[in-house]
Amino acid sequence: MTGVLHRAWVAYRMRWKRRRLLFRAFRKRGELEQLHDRSGAIEPGAILCFSTVRNERVRLPFFLDHHRKLGVGHFLFVANNCDDGTTEYLADQPDVSLWQTKTSYKASRFGLDWLTWLQIRHGHGHWCLTLDADEIFIYPHWNTRPLRALTDHLDQTGKAGLGALMMDMYPKGPLADAVYTAGADPFEALAWFDAGPFFKQRQQPLDNLWVQGGVRRRVFFQDDPRRAPTLNKIPLMKWDRRFVYVNSTHSALPPRLNRLYDGPAATELSGVLLHTKFLDIVVERSREEKERGEHFANGALFTDYYDDLAANPTLWNSHSARYEGWQQLEAMGLMSRGDWT
Amino acid sequence: MRNVGFILLVHASLERSAQVARHWAASGCPIVIHVDRHVPTADHDRFVAELSGLEAVRFAPRHACEWGTWSIVQATLAASRLMLTEFPDVGHVYLASGACLPLRPVQELQAYLDRHSKTDFIESVTTQDVAWTIGGLSTERFTYRFPFAWRRQRRLFDAYVHLQRRLGMKRRMPEGLQPHLGSQWWCLTQKTLTAILDDPNRPEHDRFFSKVWIPDESYFQTLTRRHSTQIESRSLTLSKFDFQGKPHVFYNDHLQLLRRSDCFVARKIWPRADALYDSFLSNDPAVTKNAEPNPGKIDKLFAKATERRTNGRAGLRMQSRFPRDGWENGKTCAPYSVFQGFAELFDDFEGWIERQAGGRVHGHLFAPDRVHFAGGETTYNGALSDAAELRDYDPEGFLTNLIWNTRGERQCFQFGPGDNQRICWFLASDRNARIAVISGAWAVPLFKSGRDFAAIRPEAAQLQAIEAQYLTQLRSPQVKAQVHIWSLADFVDAPMEPLQMIMDEIGPRGARRLSEAPRMVDLTGFGRFLQKLRNEGMNPYLMGDFPADADIAPRQNAGRRRPYAVG
Repeated sequence: MTGVLHRAWVAYRMRWKRRRLLFRAFRKRGELEQLHDRSGAIEPGAILCFSTVRNERVRLPFFLDHHRKLGVGHFLFVANNCDDGTTEYLADQPDVSLWQTKTSYKASRFGLDWLTWLQIRHGHGHWCLTLDADEIFIYPHWNTRPLRALTDHLDQTGKAGLGALMMDMYPKGPLADAVYTAGADPFEALAWFDAGPFFKQRQQPLDNLWVQGGVRRRVFFQDDPRRAPTLNKIPLMKWDRRFVYVNSTHSALPPRLNRLYDGPAATELSGVLLHTKFLDIVVERSREEKERGEHFANGALFTDYYDDLAANPTLWNSHSARYEGWQQLEAMGLMSRGDWT
Repeated sequence: MRNVGFILLVHASLERSAQVARHWAASGCPIVIHVDRHVPTADHDRFVAELSGLEAVRFAPRHACEWGTWSIVQATLAASRLMLTEFPDVGHVYLASGACLPLRPVQELQAYLDRHSKTDFIESVTTQDVAWTIGGLSTERFTYRFPFAWRRQRRLFDAYVHLQRRLGMKRRMPEGLQPHLGSQWWCLTQKTLTAILDDPNRPEHDRFFSKVWIPDESYFQTLTRRHSTQIESRSLTLSKFDFQGKPHVFYNDHLQLLRRSDCFVARKIWPRADALYDSFLSNDPAVTKNAEPNPGKIDKLFAKATERRTNGRAGLRMQSRFPRDGWENGKTCAPYSVFQGFAELFDDFEGWIERQAGGRVHGHLFAPDRVHFAGGETTYNGALSDAAELRDYDPEGFLTNLIWNTRGERQCFQFGPGDNQRICWFLASDRNARIAVISGAWAVPLFKSGRDFAAIRPEAAQLQAIEAQYLTQLRSPQVKAQVHIWSLADFVDAPMEPLQMIMDEIGPRGARRLSEAPRMVDLTGFGRFLQKLRNEGMNPYLMGDFPADADIAPRQNAGRRRPYAVG
């Protein structure tokens, strides 16, 4: 009996947490300054992509190109404190709606408050990708089947979203030595990844998954693996205006959304986010980010991390795996086609 | 040559349906189209207008169709009636859906049906033998009433089923009908279809089936058994279902696969799969090679997916989802091997494995008559008796003792659905057990026996049911044994690799190459034997897919009896 009561109590608390977050997004809507609203051109049933960016001029051309090819119909960007031409670049794109803000990224739950507001207004009823500019979304059959085939399948099987594992991609030598030019395929240089180990657990009360592991845990968080970055995400969702992401796209409310993904070894259909964080520019950027302290709840604890990165490290070792395609990732148990054959 | 007429049930992606209808009509086939009443009027009118120029196209009276209900059969019956009155000359009537795609030229289908002008192609299996029903409702589909829609009124549906179960309610089948199930998509002769529609008891049949669950999978399948003179129990339409019973969808990247299937029609096709529609909607004979349909080629791919889906994958260094029950006392003390189906498939398998791997190889230790110890001994090491009663008093104890008494010498034994099954879960949950199964191999001795078919049929059904249950246990997440399962078809296709693997497992001392291959029994005609079981209403599925070769198809699959590359 206490179990039932407890569950009811948790469900009640989570419902109010969700409402609080939605209201927070509503309150912060004023922080967004609209630059180009082309959302009128969004077709019914179009697949949308939401993203908050800061100085991503280098990554955006490939990011847009890749996801356009998958079949994203419209992109909705929030540009936060950009000074590298990102805003101008995005303003020129015909399928991009653009907002900007100068307020704090951290105070906006790392951009989520802004995106939540845009999702309430534009996402309802659409399949929506929520990505960072350094995340390239792939899924089983992605090079032969458009996103629309995937979302049709998810619709048919009654799933509200798709989970994915973040895979940190890195070059063979020191990070800054692999020179990248905007628009090129980043995975020519960032061809390597750690195929394991990964560790997972469920966290309460959100019932969200917590997967850690991969290269960042191996290199940067050996002494304190608990602090290693979270690698599970649910980037693709058939949006409902009552949904809200809680912590990046790692977790969401209502809690049932968190059960959509059970980690890389699960047999359910799942995808991968190829993480282009470790492009050559990361070395320079780390010095900056350390100053800004806008990326982690408790930024001071991550000083070492930024220092390590700023020192232009080599992440590659002899156990690194070379990326060959989704079939390889599936064979390694990092994603699964599930029942989508 | 008599023509084939198509009944097309349409409810979504109307452009694609129109495209397919136009293709068939242009090839000279009469078509009756049923458009679901749920389709908005504007869409419907546009669809009709698009096909209005075609002479041999008729539109059947519209019903509002709901999945799992009588309305689908009603629509099919209405369309069938229209077909028979408007085009009385058709030889066969082919039931297809708007998500179907013809894979081969119409001429090839016509020629094929012409060669089998009296045959009804309809999957029709008795309820005891079906393998695919979801949720445990097979016989109960017929014995209960289902007035509620499963998709819309799930709670009422479940509650009413539960109530009928509690009250022990039962409906009586109409006189002279044996319940059969099968794929919704059939191709019946004009004669059989007419007989079903004009059956004097039709009002009674319709009344009965209107309360059956998913009658589109049983109405024609049951009534064809009453009226047909020649049933080929398989569908000419390739359609796959996943483990939840949802139809698999085909995409552009399935093009080669579909081409290799040699099937006449496939469903469902993703409406935006342009490449599929572009390449298959053609009557160019170069598209295919006029072969016997062989859905088995595709089966293997899909079976693998289903298996992966239901069994999970091992081997990742992950923290477990749930704490496992970590202790297992009372099991055996050393590794041992259990073979199922090998002795049936190979001559003198026991002798062969003893020569190859050493150790002690027994026969069926759990045979009903007595314990078949190696060398036919009556008492064994440690004075274990071969008496079946003593063994069956405590089968776990019997095995634990055998393994204990013979420690230092690897023990192997044969097992099968004919044996005492009480030991099954013990085997599955024993970390020391190495279990290798060729599923469906029990059918080989039946095939070889040449016994009366009427006697074989029930025995086959029983063996299959027993083995299916064992396999379910072996696939449960609590299994501790090392388990390998191959379908007979897969195994026969490439036997050396699994055999080598088994050897490696028994004797891990370096790479031991097989010096001699076991001799496989001759399987010529086995595919036809299975098809005969199917035509009798059974559904032999555990052996994987053997094409029904021999008499109905002149083509013999060359891969079936490949010589072994030894070593």
